[in-house]
Amino acid sequence: MPHDHHDHFHHAGMSPSGHPYRADNDTPLSYWQRMEIAVRELMVEKGHLTPAEIAAQIEAMDARSPANGAAVVARAWTDPAFRARLLKNASEASREMGFDIGPLNLIAVENTADTHNLIVCTLCSCYPRNLLGLPPDWYKTRAYRSRAVREPRAVLREFGLDLPDHVTVRVHDSTADMRYIVLPARPDGTDGMDEAQLAALVTRDSMIGTGLPHRP
Amino acid sequence: MVERVRVKALAPPGHVRAPWYLRGKAGVIERPLGHFANPEQLAYGLRADTKPLYRVRFRMAEIWGEAAENPDDTLDAEIYGHWLEKVDTHAP
Repeated sequence: MPHDHHDHFHHAGMSPSGHPYRADNDTPLSYWQRMEIAVRELMVEKGHLTPAEIAAQIEAMDARSPANGAAVVARAWTDPAFRARLLKNASEASREMGFDIGPLNLIAVENTADTHNLIVCTLCSCYPRNLLGLPPDWYKTRAYRSRAVREPRAVLREFGLDLPDHVTVRVHDSTADMRYIVLPARPDGTDGMDEAQLAALVTRDSMIGTGLPHRP
Repeated sequence: MVERVRVKALAPPGHVRAPWYLRGKAGVIERPLGHFANPEQLAYGLRADTKPLYRVRFRMAEIWGEAAENPDDTLDAEIYGHWLEKVDTHAP
């Protein structure tokens, strides 16, 4: 359909492309928004932090992405000694690769021919942010958090993953100080691939357990 | 040696990190994790004691009974030592 007929379909409150306009944030600040501003300004005023340092930290957090985890997984697929170190202490193995993960206590859980792992945080939204960046929105929903522990197989089917009965599902609820990453099984048909090519197959969901890596 | 434990079926007021759906449920210690500051004090800005933390593995059948999708699937959660009691497997 030609685009010059847009006005016929233009609904009130919608942009010309048919999306709702996002309201300006004219509502009063919440208690915690005021608290954040107050603490931040006090820290700056007292000389503990500079605005540039705060901005740099936000930028560093935003720069973390699932590509970091994918690099760790690809290394584990190609280097058996690294894989062993990763399964023993995933924090140290990630730091060894040069990722600044701060105080993150990371545990890697390995998918095999008869085990599939799934990560959830039923209490809130614990996620290995220091390695993978921010969690997807669905990870924080009550639906995912409650259903992943009660009916993980039904949840996985909705993600397109229908596991046979002989595969044991192990759900990991991040209830305290640890964070988890799934080490997915290396896909078949990847024998000749190098680390960078392998890392491109590793998806965010495959490291949460709601998906599998791409096949080449 | 497999160590069987049960999450205490307590319901104290305030911030706790032992999930409700696991209280009273029995599992096995998957691995000890070391000592960590007690969130029940940290949450209120108090000086926190450190508590041993364990990864406890539960069978889905133990948690959900007949409603479990697959009784032998498992759920691992981190539970602080003061929320666990030993299960005496030799009890009559």
